[in-house]
Amino acid sequence: MVQYFVRRLLLSIPVLFGILLVTFVMARVIPGDPCRAILGEKATKAVCDRFIHEKGLDKPIHIQFGIYMGEILHGDFGQSIRYGMPVSRLLVERLPMTVELSIAALMVSMIVGIPLGIISAVRHNTWVDVITMVWANIGVSMPVFWLGLMLAFVFSILLKDTPFWLPPSGRVTPGIPNDPFFEVWGLNLPETGVLPSFFYFLSRLNLLNAALTANWELFKDSLTHLILPAMALGTIPMALIARMARSSMLEVLGQDYIRTARAKGLTQVKVIFKHAFRNSLLPLVTVIGLSLGGLLGGAVLTETIFGLSGVGRTLYDAITARDYGIVQAFTVVIAVFFVILNLVVDLSYAYLDPRIKLD
Amino acid sequence: MAVTETGIPKLDVEGLSLKSVSLWQITWRRLFRRKSAVVGMVILGILIFIALTAQWIAPFDPIQQLIGKEEGIKKRAAPCVHAFGCPMDQPEHIAGTDGNFRDFFSRLLFGARLSLMVGISTVSFAIVIGTILGALGGYFGGWPDNIIMRFMDVLLAFPSLLLAIAIVTVLGPGLINALLAIGIVSIPQYARVVRASVLSVRELDFVSATRALGGSSYQILFLRILPNALTPLIVQGTLGIATAILDAAALSFLGLGAQPPTPEWGSMLGAERNQVFTAPHLVFLPGFMIALTVLSFNLLGDGLRDALDPRLAHLS
Repeated sequence: MVQYFVRRLLLSIPVLFGILLVTFVMARVIPGDPCRAILGEKATKAVCDRFIHEKGLDKPIHIQFGIYMGEILHGDFGQSIRYGMPVSRLLVERLPMTVELSIAALMVSMIVGIPLGIISAVRHNTWVDVITMVWANIGVSMPVFWLGLMLAFVFSILLKDTPFWLPPSGRVTPGIPNDPFFEVWGLNLPETGVLPSFFYFLSRLNLLNAALTANWELFKDSLTHLILPAMALGTIPMALIARMARSSMLEVLGQDYIRTARAKGLTQVKVIFKHAFRNSLLPLVTVIGLSLGGLLGGAVLTETIFGLSGVGRTLYDAITARDYGIVQAFTVVIAVFFVILNLVVDLSYAYLDPRIKLD
Repeated sequence: MAVTETGIPKLDVEGLSLKSVSLWQITWRRLFRRKSAVVGMVILGILIFIALTAQWIAPFDPIQQLIGKEEGIKKRAAPCVHAFGCPMDQPEHIAGTDGNFRDFFSRLLFGARLSLMVGISTVSFAIVIGTILGALGGYFGGWPDNIIMRFMDVLLAFPSLLLAIAIVTVLGPGLINALLAIGIVSIPQYARVVRASVLSVRELDFVSATRALGGSSYQILFLRILPNALTPLIVQGTLGIATAILDAAALSFLGLGAQPPTPEWGSMLGAERNQVFTAPHLVFLPGFMIALTVLSFNLLGDGLRDALDPRLAHLS
């Protein structure tokens, strides 16, 4: 297992290097003068020359790449022009929203998708199965942004004045106190450094922060704000998971050892959950892992629609505002995150199916 | 004559005639036996018909602003069909009008043309490049293979929509650039499919035979090996069109793809998205059309996969 882990880790190094190279090249080929893009249109030639020299932009391209790599490895993503603060700080501020949303969406999709898939496999070719699969086919075909707008329309307009009303945008209702847990706990944190950043990151996870500070009003409010975006973002993975759970279950259910288990007189529940479901997990893990990448992409759309300032929305704003520092840094972070996820998926694969380690 | 489950006619014992049936005939028959695939083909057929005849069936020019051209025209008017009880003094617009006094129904019809074109052109581009890269890598192996496949890994390391957004940022917003971005993003999956097929048949006897007969690398690769990659490519391509249409619509929705006044569903939706509470039909209809188009390709793709690979048929 350790050997497999190490080899798998080493294999992702060239990919990570490639990601840095691609984002670096992309930032270099963006049309326009980097100096005037950062310092503004009115920067004089002398100022620009000094800026270019300071940033090392007059050095040969491979040395520039080296400098860039060094900066990234030190966690220095440069400055954002638009927000006037280090990009890394912005990242710590905005990432929690996206993490919360992605986890919620994934939870929604798993909690609904897996049981649906299992039921339609067990009740193969009945109306339950047909309806589930029709629904799953429609689900994978939905544009996320449209689904989000339609959900907002249904739950905020049509269901207004009913208990099912849900807020159409935002993360919390303004006015609800949201103090970071480390302040409530009276922790004395240093101004800068990794630990305060990490604590700040945690405190921006609203649900976690609300739970840690026992602020149940905030918890409930955050949750109601999270439902619609999570439903919009979770629908496609939900449909994919339901389909995969079904076909994987069907395959397992047709095998001899299941017939043996049934012949032994085991109950249906035991056969399905103890014998069949465990063995059908493997392809499911892949689908779930791959969906996470889609979630990150879909987050751009979902956050745009629901007015949430997460990584996706910030990235989109940065693109329209030509804030290349953010675009570059956020793309790198998301891609690295994605690589790590794939690594985790592969490792859980090896854990679930020990045969994989052998080859 | 008895027909087996696979649709292949059994040997006729009396006449001893054995009609040869091509793979495509079998696939076609299997495809028609699947309800979902038939539904997909019917929807797709209607959409293709709309796309081809849009200029004749659309009641208005999709780009023309009707203000001053038509009496009583209103901005973002609700759908109005006289036959269904809409007052006669209001101009008839089956799907209402948009924020620029344009006939929304005509725009929806023309959108079909654009969406299908987007899907097919991006996937064709990706298949051509992906096939070349995958075939070269798989056939020659060694360092070309390593370089190509590692590069594909890097492309796959980005969530596809995000990479497409990043590429459009570099190239500049616009429909063509959006198509290019989506095309580039989807190259790796085709390269992988082709490479896998090439690897699986490269060492088989019929390839060695061609080589022994003095066939050139070109002949071996294109006439002997690549036809084997065709079926997975068709399946992947059909499903890929669905994803491409979704991604293109998303880019246009974000304002990075087709620019107004082009009648593109994603950009139409994006332009009116703040009106979802006041004129919901302007948001509902384009999105519905996108979903319908994507659904038809997904159904067809799933059907093709099952038809081309009968081992999977029992699972669906």
